[in-house]
Amino acid sequence: MSFINYASREINCKIVYYGPGLCGKTTNLQYVYQKTAEDAKGKMISLATETERTLFFDFLPLSLGEIRGFKTRFHLYTVPGQVFYDASRKLILKGVDGVVFVADSQEERIDANIESLENLRINLKEQGYDLDKLPYIIQYNKRDLPGAMSVEELRRELNPTNVPEFEACATTGEGVFETLKAVAKLILVDLKKGK
Amino acid sequence: MSNPTLVMYDEEFQEINEVIGRLLKEANATVIFLVDKNGQLISGVGETERFDTTSLASLTAGNIAATGGLAKLIGEKEFSILFHEGEKDNLHISIVGGRVILVVLFDNRSSLGLVRLRVKKSSEELSTIFENLMKKSEEREKRGSSDFPFAEITDDDIDNLFS
Ligand SMILES: Nc1nc2c(ncn2[C@@H]2O[C@H](COP(=O)(O)OP(=O)(O)OP(=O)(O)O)[C@@H](O)[C@H]2O)c(=O)[nH]1
Ligand SMILES: [Mg+2]
Repeated sequence: MSFINYASREINCKIVYYGPGLCGKTTNLQYVYQKTAEDAKGKMISLATETERTLFFDFLPLSLGEIRGFKTRFHLYTVPGQVFYDASRKLILKGVDGVVFVADSQEERIDANIESLENLRINLKEQGYDLDKLPYIIQYNKRDLPGAMSVEELRRELNPTNVPEFEACATTGEGVFETLKAVAKLILVDLKKGK
Repeated sequence: MSNPTLVMYDEEFQEINEVIGRLLKEANATVIFLVDKNGQLISGVGETERFDTTSLASLTAGNIAATGGLAKLIGEKEFSILFHEGEKDNLHISIVGGRVILVVLFDNRSSLGLVRLRVKKSSEELSTIFENLMKKSEEREKRGSSDFPFAEITDDDIDNLFS
């Protein structure tokens, strides 16, 4: 749910990175943080375990500039991917405007991807959202690893509805901004429709 | 969609700032924030520049969300007030009108009793303002979104954001 403030002329939108444990959600945000100019970003907050697994969420506020005199802000969140953190994942999805599903391209993670995607659909539904009606894209991450499945295979398993998809290597940053831009754009186009 | 876009207009923004400005004085607070339940800062008064307000808003909302989850687990609807006591500064966090979070930061120049009392009164006023705001945006939505600033944006506008 975006927040439009006519008084301060700001628009805030919430983007959630979803996906199985260790797929690279936090790494996506870290890369965006590193590569964004000081004046365009706020502090990145990571509520993580001692082993750097996301415990509750990562948060990165970006302020991208103005459209028609309105400051346009995006709040990026990641969920904790580990299965047993489901209650927290539900909370993070509240008020979401757009979703990036980060898939782990490694063959041995395909079941985890499918399970997480299913979980996303269910958790959204509980909040009254329909994934097919939300701004939603998929990122196939970890393309650099030798055990990566082909994009065709991944698409067949994870993207039956043909939403925009991007290949990425979050550690080097490949595909990270392409992914973010694409989802941001979908959100703004959605806003434009004034739904 | 389950929760429509929250819209803030000048008139209500001023009313809100008046209420929390008064609360700041009456409760002897250091700073007061209003935060949307989704973690977006609505407004703040007092020594706001001392704080990273964006982070504060997001963590407050996370905190409320987490305790709300706990409440449900034990069969409560929600915990409408949270209080965090520090060595110098204290945080009083409460839910206003079911959807907005009021954060009051105060030190030993005030007291929990005073803050609680004043917050109660201000909450009622704030609830009314937010109710009106909701009605107003619903009405505008029904009439069509002609005053919506994004109605005319172009692909170029969007692309320019990322250049
Ligand atoms: N080789 C390779 N490693 C990656 C890539 N992206 C992330 N990683 C590594 O994968 C590990 C997990 O990444 P995180 O970003 O913490 O994963 P996460 O999705 O946030 O995991 P949770 O917080 O548990 O949900 C880290 O060691 C990253 O360096 C990638 O594209 N290629
Ligand atoms: Mg993480």
